Amino acid sequence: MAWETVIGLEVHVQLSTNSKIFSGASTSYGAKPNTQACEVDIALPGVLPVMNKEAARKAVKFGLSVESEINQRSVFARKNYFYPDLPKGYQISQYELPIVVGGHLTIDTGSGEKRIGITRAHLEEDAGKSLHEDFHGMTGIDLNRAGTPLLEIVSEPDMRSPAEAIAYLRKLHTLVRYLEICDGNMQEGSFRCDANVSVRPQGETELGTRTELKNINSFKFIEKAIEFEVERQIDLIEDGGTVVQETRLYDPSRNETRPMRTKEDAHDYRYFPDPDLPPMELDDQFIDSARQQLPELPDTKRHRFMEQHGLGPADAYQLTSDKATADFFEAVLEQTRGDAKTVANWVNSELAGYLNEANMVIESARIDPGMLAELIDRIEDGTISGKIAKDVFRSMWNGEGTADELIETKALRQITDSGELEKVVDDVLSRSREQIEQYRGGQTKVLGYFVGQVMKATQGKANPQQVNELLKQKLESGD
Amino acid sequence: MERHRALNAFITVDPEFSLNQARAADEMLKNGGSRPLTGIPIAHKDIFCTKGVLTTCGSKILSNFVPPYDATLIKRCYEEGMVTLGKTNMDEFAMGSSNETSYFGPVRNPWDQVRVPGGSSGGSAAAVTARLCAAATGTDTGGSIRQPAALCGITGLKPTYGRVSRYGMVAFASSLDQGGVLTQSAEDAALLLNVIAGFDPMDSTSVEEPVPDYGSELKDDIDGLKIGLPKQYFGEGLSQEVGVLVRDALRVLENHGAFLIDIDLPNSELCVPCYYVIAPSEASSNLSRFDGVRYGYRSEDYEDLVDMYMRTRAEGFGDEVKRRIMIGTYALSAGYYDAYYLKAQKLRRLITQDFERAFELCDVIAGPTTPTAAFEIGAKTADPISMYLNDIYTISVNLSGLPALSVPAGFTGDLPAGLQLIGPYFSESRLLNIGHRFQMDTEWHRRIPGGFE
Repeated sequence: MAWETVIGLEVHVQLSTNSKIFSGASTSYGAKPNTQACEVDIALPGVLPVMNKEAARKAVKFGLSVESEINQRSVFARKNYFYPDLPKGYQISQYELPIVVGGHLTIDTGSGEKRIGITRAHLEEDAGKSLHEDFHGMTGIDLNRAGTPLLEIVSEPDMRSPAEAIAYLRKLHTLVRYLEICDGNMQEGSFRCDANVSVRPQGETELGTRTELKNINSFKFIEKAIEFEVERQIDLIEDGGTVVQETRLYDPSRNETRPMRTKEDAHDYRYFPDPDLPPMELDDQFIDSARQQLPELPDTKRHRFMEQHGLGPADAYQLTSDKATADFFEAVLEQTRGDAKTVANWVNSELAGYLNEANMVIESARIDPGMLAELIDRIEDGTISGKIAKDVFRSMWNGEGTADELIETKALRQITDSGELEKVVDDVLSRSREQIEQYRGGQTKVLGYFVGQVMKATQGKANPQQVNELLKQKLESGD
Repeated sequence: MERHRALNAFITVDPEFSLNQARAADEMLKNGGSRPLTGIPIAHKDIFCTKGVLTTCGSKILSNFVPPYDATLIKRCYEEGMVTLGKTNMDEFAMGSSNETSYFGPVRNPWDQVRVPGGSSGGSAAAVTARLCAAATGTDTGGSIRQPAALCGITGLKPTYGRVSRYGMVAFASSLDQGGVLTQSAEDAALLLNVIAGFDPMDSTSVEEPVPDYGSELKDDIDGLKIGLPKQYFGEGLSQEVGVLVRDALRVLENHGAFLIDIDLPNSELCVPCYYVIAPSEASSNLSRFDGVRYGYRSEDYEDLVDMYMRTRAEGFGDEVKRRIMIGTYALSAGYYDAYYLKAQKLRRLITQDFERAFELCDVIAGPTTPTAAFEIGAKTADPISMYLNDIYTISVNLSGLPALSVPAGFTGDLPAGLQLIGPYFSESRLLNIGHRFQMDTEWHRRIPGGFE
C-alpha cells in the first residue's frame, strides 16, 4: 500500500530580549547556574509577573511577517504541572487567545513552491534546566533559563515529507533571524522543534493517529527522527498494529524514537487565565511601529536579487538564506567593478567554504566586504589570475593583509609582458621534444601539459590566456 | 506583648529588629526627616514578605522561610519610619475565618479568650484590640480584614482591588486578595492607607489611579448621603442581636442627615458558591510552588521525586488548605472547567452588576459585617460550610473588587459586632469619612477589653 506522511511542527523560538518575559533578570546564555534568576524567576512566595513589552513587539513582528492576524487583546493563562525546573508549578503561556493567529510560510519543495499554514503563535516563558550529571545520583536545577521569553509557533499539518519539514524549519529559522527576534542558535536551544507525525493510506482524507517527537535540536536529527518514525508507524500498521498517541523521544546515538509518555498519563494542565496578568492590549500604534521595524524579508530579497542582480535561483537562495550574508554580498557588489555573478561565486563558494570549515558566521570573518571587493578588482583588472586570487584569499582569511598588500609583498602580479612570457614558453618547449611530437601527431590534449609547465615556471603568475595563445601559435607554426 | 502571649497573636517577634527600627525612627524625628506615622508601632500579618524576618503565612510548609526581599507594602511602612513589632498569626495561607487553621495554633479573642478573633487576619485583629500595637496590616480575600475587625471591635479597611500592591504578599486567590489595615479608628485607617496605597510597577494588577490624602475628607458632612440597605443582608441568617446593633448604628448616621434606602442585590446568595470555586481554583495553582524543591519545608523521608512532592505537601499543608487545593484542582480539571470555573466567572460578573446597579441608587451600601458575634474556638471546625457562611456579607465585595470598611457597631453582651460600609471603586475617602463621622458620635471603637487597658 502507498502511504502518505503528515507532519505538523511546533517550534519554540527564544525571543532575544535583554531581560526575561516577566522579570528584569538577564537572559544571556552560559552564566553560572542560578546567577541569572531573580526572586520572580525562582518563584518566591509573593512575587508577581510583569509583562516585557519587547517580547510582545517581537511576536508581533513575526506575525506581521507571515501575514497573520494580530490579536490586539491576548490573554495569558497558567499551564499547571509539577516539575522541579518549573518553579511556580505552572508555566505562564497563552491558551485561548494567543497573540498571533493564522498566517503562512512558503517553502521550496524542490519541485515548486508550497504554502505551509501557521495555526498560531503564542508567548510563554521557558522553564529552567534539570542537570542530571555530576550530582551523585541527585538532580541539579539551573533556573537561569526560567522565564526566558518563547514564541511557540504551531504549523498546520501541511508537510508531506521529512524534506518538506526541514524546508519549513530552515525557512522559519532564516525568517526569525532576519526579523532579529531570535539568534537561531540551535545548540544553545534558542530554536527547538517538536514534530507531530502520522501516516495514512494515500488518498485518505482523515488524519492518522499522531505521535509527538520532542525537543530535537538539529535539522539533521529532526529529519532522521521523522524518517524513523514514519517507517516505524508504517511497519506497525502493516503488521496489523495501531499507532498509539504518545510523546516519543529521539535518540540520535541509536537513531530511533522511543515512548516518553502515552496519552493515558498525559497531564491535565488545568489551564485558566492568569489572574496576575491583565489581558495584554496592543494598540494600533504599537502594531504600526512593529511593522515599520520589519526588514526586507527573505523572499522579497531573493526575488530582488534575481531581478536586480540577474542571479540564478540557487545563488539568490543561498545568499538570502542569512541576512548578514545578503548584506555582505550587496556591500561587496557596491564596491567592486566585478559583476554580481562573480561576487556571488566568491561569497557562496570560497567564503562560505571557509566559514563552514571554521564553523563561523559571516559577521565574525576577518575578511570584510571592502577586502573582497579589492580582491575581485585585481582579477578584473588583470593584476592576478583567478587561481592566484584563491591563494590571496587564503592569506587574507588568515589575517596576513589585504589583496593589494599581499600582491605587493609576495610579488604575485601576473606576467602579461609577451616578451617575458615568450621566453618561458620557448624554454618549456625546448625541454619537451616528445610532447611536441605527440601534439603534432594530433594529441592536442597535451596542450594542458605545456600550460602547466609554464605556470610552474612562473609560480602561477603567467596570464593563462596569453600562455594558451602563445603555445598554440608556436606549436602549430611548426618551428 | 510578652504578658499577652496567651492570645497567640504573634508568630514572630524580633526585639532587636524592632529596636533598630525604633532607633532609626528616633533619628528621623530628630533630624526633621519624619513623616506622619514615623515611630508608630505596627504589626504585620505574616503573609507579607519581610527581608531577613521569618514569613510563614501560618503554614508548616513555610515554617522555615526567611524571605530575601520586602513586600512593597512593607517597604512603604519602613520608609515611613514605622516600627515593626512583629509578624501576626493568621489562618494558614489566609484560608479561614477563625484563625484556627494556623499551624502556630489559634489566636484568642481578647474580649473572651475561649472565642475566635475571626480570620484570617486574626492575629492582627487581636493585637490591635489588645492594644499591643497601634495598628496592623492585614489582607482580605473574602472578608479576612473586616470579619476579624468586626469580631474584635476594631476598624478594618479593605481597599479597592489594585489600590494596594500585592507584590510580596503571599498569594491565596490573586484576583481577590487585597492588602489593607486594622486600626483603632477610621482616622487611623486613613493615615495608614496614605502610607500603603499607590501604584506599584511590580504588580500588574495595581492601578495607576492618583492617591488622595485620605485624611482630608474625614470630617466632611454626610448630610444627604444615600445609604443603600440590601434586603439580602438583613434576612435569614442574621442574628437578631447583630441586626439590632446595625439598625441602631444606622440611626446614628440618619441623625447626621443620611437617608436609608432599601436596595436589592439579587445575586447575593450566589456569592458563597461562586467564591468557593474561584478562590480555591486560583489557590490550587498559587500554592503549587510549595513543592519542597527550592525553599520551605521538605519531607525528610522520600523515595523519589513524586514521593517527595506528595510527602512534602501532605505533611506541610493543613486540612483546610488541602481541602481547598483539592476543590480548586477539581474545578479546573478538563471536563469540569466550564461547569465550575467558567460558570463562577459568569456569576461573578452578575454579582458585580448588582453592585453597579445599586450604586446608581445610593452612594454607599451598609449592613452587618458578620451574621453573628464571635463564636467559640472549635465550634465550627467540624463543619466547613457553616464556617464559610460567616463571610456571607463580605465575600461579594471581593468578587467585585470594591472597597469596604467595618467599624464597631456596638456590643451584644461583651462581644462586639461590626457595621460594614461598601462603596464604589476608589471611594475609600468617602467610606473613611462616614466611619469617622460615626466614630465622632459613638464610643464603641474606644472600648478596650478588660485586662488590656
